[in-house]
Amino acid sequence: MESFRQDVRDWLEANCPQSMRAPYSSEKDICWGGRNWTFQSEDQRLWLQRMGEKGWTTPEWPAEYGGGGLDRDQAKVLREEMSRVNARPALESFGIWMLGPALLKYGSEEQKHHYLPQIIRGEIRWCQGYSEPNAGSDLASLMTKCEDKGDYYLVNGQKVWTSYADEADWIFCLVRTDFAAKKHEGISFILFDMASEGVSTKPIKLISGNSPFCETFFDNVRVPKENLVGDLNKGWSIAKYLLTHERAMIGGSGLSRSGFASISDLATREIGLNAQGRLNDPILRADIAKHEVNEWAFMLTMERVKAEAKAGQGVGATSSMLKYYGTELNKKRNELMMTIGGNESLRWEGEEVNDGQTPRGWLRSRANSIEGGTSEINLNIISKRILELPEG
Amino acid sequence: MSLVLNEEDMLLKDSAKGFLTGKAPVSALRKLRDDRDETGYSPELWAEMVDMGWAGIVVPEEYGGLGYGFAGAGLIMEEMGRTLTASPMLSTAIIGASLIAKAGSEEQKAALLGKIADGSLITALAVDEGRYHGPRNVAMTATAKGNGFELNGAKAFVLDGNVANQLIVAARTSGAAGDKDGITLFAVPSDAGGVTVERTIMVDSRNAANISFDGVSVTGEQIIGHLDGGYGDVEYALNIGRACLAAEMLGTAQESFERTLSYLKERKQFGKIIGSFQGLQHRAAHLFSEIELAKSVVLKALRSLDEGDAMAPALASLAKAKLAEVVHLATAEAVQMHGGIGMTDEFDMGFFIKRARVAEATYGDYQFHVDRLARMKGY
Repeated sequence: MESFRQDVRDWLEANCPQSMRAPYSSEKDICWGGRNWTFQSEDQRLWLQRMGEKGWTTPEWPAEYGGGGLDRDQAKVLREEMSRVNARPALESFGIWMLGPALLKYGSEEQKHHYLPQIIRGEIRWCQGYSEPNAGSDLASLMTKCEDKGDYYLVNGQKVWTSYADEADWIFCLVRTDFAAKKHEGISFILFDMASEGVSTKPIKLISGNSPFCETFFDNVRVPKENLVGDLNKGWSIAKYLLTHERAMIGGSGLSRSGFASISDLATREIGLNAQGRLNDPILRADIAKHEVNEWAFMLTMERVKAEAKAGQGVGATSSMLKYYGTELNKKRNELMMTIGGNESLRWEGEEVNDGQTPRGWLRSRANSIEGGTSEINLNIISKRILELPEG
Repeated sequence: MSLVLNEEDMLLKDSAKGFLTGKAPVSALRKLRDDRDETGYSPELWAEMVDMGWAGIVVPEEYGGLGYGFAGAGLIMEEMGRTLTASPMLSTAIIGASLIAKAGSEEQKAALLGKIADGSLITALAVDEGRYHGPRNVAMTATAKGNGFELNGAKAFVLDGNVANQLIVAARTSGAAGDKDGITLFAVPSDAGGVTVERTIMVDSRNAANISFDGVSVTGEQIIGHLDGGYGDVEYALNIGRACLAAEMLGTAQESFERTLSYLKERKQFGKIIGSFQGLQHRAAHLFSEIELAKSVVLKALRSLDEGDAMAPALASLAKAKLAEVVHLATAEAVQMHGGIGMTDEFDMGFFIKRARVAEATYGDYQFHVDRLARMKGY
């Protein structure tokens, strides 16, 4: 393992461009990849290319599909070495977080060989077609229609809250293929190109002033039949499996991400310490310290849940717990950042404040406990599936 | 260091659970309380635990112990937290043994560790002097006299102080209360002349004592560790005690929660099982989540202590702080969700909330440890 560590260290030293060895200064520094991606810099392009070729954008995916093929301990070493030099993630991607794990479990060999390498190299940017205007928390009542037309599927309907649909290349989409069956048993999981005729998107402006989500419309969209993942009408199992990954991913936002400064460091810089070396605002100090206890405990819990899953221990549905707790923590973190910033964090525009990065981030974070299953839905899932409390 | 239990750990945990639920259930604590038992624990039962090797669980093998380490001690403590078992486990087998194993001379280790492991010695760590935990705030003096020292002062809330035959006392050989340096540890037999032990009856029906030292003579041989350098050793042993106590609190939190969950599934009101009400479901699910965090911090703290990791002191504070919060919530919710019956002495839940409150305060409460973490991080 130590020789592996040395190899990783040497490789990073030779391949991670200097400008990629710094924390994100804002969300704008994140590389999402895709057909239409404009790289922020040559370094960003190189970093993605090199990490993609190594398969290290997905360290633990099998090497036969282009992944890193690392075991858990090696992947941990890679994370540690990247964080040691402050290396940014080369790619952030819904393909990696959500679709990939679902394809690895449910996709055909052909689909895995076709789609996974493109995800790993950041060539295709994916969006998620789940929620609809009348199917939010009650997702299984979705109505987007998918008809078998012999040599293709015909899709009609509307999705909403589709993250970055206007920038995505492809969509993984839940559609209804049987209107007579019970609501969970008539759903299928399909993939199609957002450039297909009949697909249109309309960004939704949010309270943050930004538009990370879209309404997405499908008007007689033709989808090749080989784009069905898993069996017809069995898409709900895939949907749920993928949701557990989405929840784990959103839950992970409760951590101070490697890119960003810790909340107490930020407070120390902005507010300063008194003669005893304590933060100048005692009440805020206590709030921050309590928050950091929970952040640390949560981080260790992510580590433990992962270790238990690998060892075949632990209960299912823990992703609901992680999603619930992690998103509530992230909201708290954003509230604290607003407080630390004082009136400066109320500025909406202006270069000095990065066009209101703090307040817009705060407002964005309010959605964390709504998207991907609200906190209340996740508490329901814990109650029913883990605690086995009876239906109301 | 993986955050999962291995097979050996699980065997230990299962055997502890089997023994404790069979021989030392909550009703045993109730009986000790009702009998106003002088010792506050059952020496016969402790002897059986000694036979199973528990008293020597952290004692190195060459001194007659199991050398299993702190993670193993934590698993036993967790099960004791479920049954609220009163025993000298924490004061003697964990704090006393780890302190002597770290700081004791070869002679002291040979003389004391074997006796801890075979159950003939019960130790108590006497550090705090007031109502708040503060291991630096030692004012009690050890003044050089003749070939040795004379101890004068008083200690408060000494766990198992009324049953211990061997006290480990922190006294000041230089400096002033609040200073790190100048604290020295002494091994003092509790029957030494000038030692007065007064048992204090506590909320949780367990043992503690106020102990006064009036011109107690000790020799240089009785120093554990270095003159003026006892603070680091006390902190070392306290961190272990805090993490193991957090493990006990984890057991108490889980047991309270599981009992509450059973009640939610059987109690009916308005013609319905009360566990079907969303108002209660969401609180139960939140508590479940908190307990999941609690499990992680306890295991991590114990493992890092076993490995001598530099983060171990911070992780001990993390575990103690988080568990104070979680066991408080778990026992408070348990009483509330049980309704009126939870308030009755006849029902066991009262023992849980009482023990939780004492464990929360012992060796630093939530505020103490959250503040300590912030100071460690430089704010």
